[in-house]
Amino acid sequence: MARIDLVDLAHSYSGNDAPPESFALKPVTMTWRQGGAYALLGPSGCGKTTLLNLISGIVTPSRGKILFDGVDISHATTQKRNIAQVFQFPVIYDTMTVGQNLAFPLKNRGVAPADIDKRVKQIADLLDLTPYLNRKATRLTADAKQKISLGRGLVRSDVAAVLFDEPLTVIDPELKWQLRSKLKALHRELDLTMIYVTHDQTEALTFADTVVVMHDGRVVQSGTPAELFDKPAHTFVGYFIGSPGMNIIPAQVGGHAARIDGHTIALSRRYNHLPSGAKIEIGVRPEFVDIAAPAPGLLSANIERIDDLGRIRFARVRVGEAKLAARVPPGFSPSGDTAGLVFDPSHVHVYADSLLVEGAA
Amino acid sequence: MSTIPGRRIIMVTFLFFLLLPIYWLVNMSFKTNNEIVTSMHLWPYQPTLANYRTIFTDESWYSGYINSLKYVIINTVISISVALPFFNLYSAINLFDTPWAVALAHCIFNVPLAVWILEGFVSSVPREIDETAFLDGYSFPRFFVKILIPLIASGIGVAAFFCFMFSWVELLLARTLTSVAAKPISATMTRTVSAAGVDWGLLAAAGVLTIIPGALVIWFVRNYIARGFALGRV
Amino acid sequence: MEKTVNQRAWFLVLPVFLIVAFSAILPLMTVVNYSVQDTFGNNQFFWNGVGWFKELLDPHTDLGERFLASVGRNLLFSAIILAIEVPLGIVVALSMPRQGWQVAACLVILALPLLIPWNVVGTIWQIFGRPDIGLLGYVLNRIGFNYNYVANDLDAWFTVIIMDVWHWTSLVALLCYAGLKSIPDAYYQAAQIDGASRWAVFKAIQLPKMNRVLLIAVLLRFMDSFMIYTEPFVVTGGGPGNSTTFVSIELVKIALGQFDLGKAAALSLVYNLIILIVCWIFYTVMTNAGADRPAKESVK
Repeated sequence: MARIDLVDLAHSYSGNDAPPESFALKPVTMTWRQGGAYALLGPSGCGKTTLLNLISGIVTPSRGKILFDGVDISHATTQKRNIAQVFQFPVIYDTMTVGQNLAFPLKNRGVAPADIDKRVKQIADLLDLTPYLNRKATRLTADAKQKISLGRGLVRSDVAAVLFDEPLTVIDPELKWQLRSKLKALHRELDLTMIYVTHDQTEALTFADTVVVMHDGRVVQSGTPAELFDKPAHTFVGYFIGSPGMNIIPAQVGGHAARIDGHTIALSRRYNHLPSGAKIEIGVRPEFVDIAAPAPGLLSANIERIDDLGRIRFARVRVGEAKLAARVPPGFSPSGDTAGLVFDPSHVHVYADSLLVEGAA
Repeated sequence: MSTIPGRRIIMVTFLFFLLLPIYWLVNMSFKTNNEIVTSMHLWPYQPTLANYRTIFTDESWYSGYINSLKYVIINTVISISVALPFFNLYSAINLFDTPWAVALAHCIFNVPLAVWILEGFVSSVPREIDETAFLDGYSFPRFFVKILIPLIASGIGVAAFFCFMFSWVELLLARTLTSVAAKPISATMTRTVSAAGVDWGLLAAAGVLTIIPGALVIWFVRNYIARGFALGRV
Repeated sequence: MEKTVNQRAWFLVLPVFLIVAFSAILPLMTVVNYSVQDTFGNNQFFWNGVGWFKELLDPHTDLGERFLASVGRNLLFSAIILAIEVPLGIVVALSMPRQGWQVAACLVILALPLLIPWNVVGTIWQIFGRPDIGLLGYVLNRIGFNYNYVANDLDAWFTVIIMDVWHWTSLVALLCYAGLKSIPDAYYQAAQIDGASRWAVFKAIQLPKMNRVLLIAVLLRFMDSFMIYTEPFVVTGGGPGNSTTFVSIELVKIALGQFDLGKAAALSLVYNLIILIVCWIFYTVMTNAGADRPAKESVK
């Protein structure tokens, strides 16, 4: 069990001399607290697996440090780090039974047979694998195999962190949900640091108390699911999380107002010193834009279509060049192709070069 | 892939062991018979191309090569295409004393082997793919040509390599099934043993020439083979 | 999900059956026909029943003695080359470079002996082993071994075995390499995390994953070594004496040398039967090794 600190950690697969832009993981400094449930979320190729492999020691960092409880283990072997990792595809030792699979890491470390038996029983119980202990592991289903992979990590009592690399990829949908609940239960029970890599926001948001969003080799935001939703720190987070994603619209911002397409929208905060020359955009989630009948005070938009998601309806509209999604209030039915847009000022954020700008009160 | 300590030494030693006899054969093929019998040198002191010249100018020698290549290619093609149950190009007319006969006999060994190798590749194609294809309205032959064959292309490469290998290297069948017209090089080679003793230089040169087609085949398919070996269970 | 049985598939494999039938079953029937007859030449045949088979399996007759002795020699030969080639092939496969041009280079050189015609392999070693003109024979004699494969039984065996190792270890190595390459990296990473030693990785991951290719390798090598003809025939001609006369050489001696078709046919049938039985045993043993049985050593 450990707190994990990353200090200016960066990695390039083509060595330290590669141009900074080509790094698979750009320099990051952050802390993962002991006992936290983290999700590393991002599209394929964003560097999340690289970060995971750096923590597990499969990859050695080009620069920076990794500390486990304050001890530098950047160059320690995987074995010394005492981490457990569950891979995308189940890794099972074919010739062994479930019990032997679970005992393998302990046997390798020379633990006394009596202790191994006790620990294996305990973990098998925890993972509901007891009935299968004497079965060959190859014949089990994918979800049972993933449990075994997890069990091989948990069986070591001193495990510092459990890492998951998209572990539910090969699992059937209804079992996915079960296994995820199992993981959450285990997390509460065992007080382990868990890091879960995924590109599926539902998985990330339901599993983790802290979600770390990565984009293009950078950690762009780390926060609770609510924070990511309410206050995306980067336009990418706004766009990537939520369905549909956040509306990002180019605008001119000054004081308490933003101008879009010649129209002024009120902002709840004051923005006076925006960096000059930066690309200024406003971001607002579709949930906080309502469409209404066209009126002189409202930004007018062309309705392209309306998506009915059951509990909520979203209109896809166009304002000049920009495409937006907006909520259709219950009971409202637009007449004709044009509509007015009503923004909720407290949920309109301002971004300069894709980064969130904090306004003054 | 994980490897073992001292792997470089093991590999180099083994490759040296493989190459040494071949080197000796090449070395001898450039020597005169007189030099071969009277001295022991690691390279030819009086290099000569006479042995090769004999082979390339004597029709009974070089026609052997042509026959060999002919039946090996025929055999490889038949085995692969039949194993892929695809072309029904077989009709048994006038089979004896043609390269076809030898090639056909090889199929006893090659067809099951090709089926075996290809089975591994075909079964590694996810079932969803062919189900999707049928749902998309592909007919079976079209599915075969458009989807399955490209997917298992490297498998076909490996199977072809094996078929080539096993038919190229065979002597026995060629000797018993054909008389003169379709004699492959391996059968022709036995002619160097005459009443006057063995013409070692000529024998070595003929041997070297039989290694070359194989070496060329390997060289051209080397990446294919590596990939094919890696993909299939073989 | 069960795959629906597609009856059309049978028509597509029909050509395979036809070819195998034409090239395997017809000759086999001919052989069976010969095996129960006797001939005095001039294409006149007489019914002989199981007479040849009785003689073949009875060590007191001349034919039986020769047959059983050659089978014994052949089994010993197969056992020796399997014992050398399989472990050596695995070691070579494990020693393959990880990446880069060296991989291609190694593959090409490894595959080279496999693509040399068998009689040329025989020729290469016939030359290479001769004390007068061959490097191996010359060097061995220079460093004090009285090596001569034409005169000495043991030297002849040594030559035939090292020739087979030279010729075929690559096949085992290539098959094993293919098996090793198909293991996903995650296995090695998991093993690293589980703290497995090099030996444990080999036993728990590499060997089980090579199971199937090893089965193929062992079967191919057994069949080929048990049917070996060309290479020892070229090098030793079955001698000195009968010391390297393997079953196939004996068979050809009887069939072509003495033109005793009945005897030869009976011999080849029994010969095929032995190969089938041994292959079946290998197959059963090796596939069972990976089957789902309660392991003997369970976690108590």
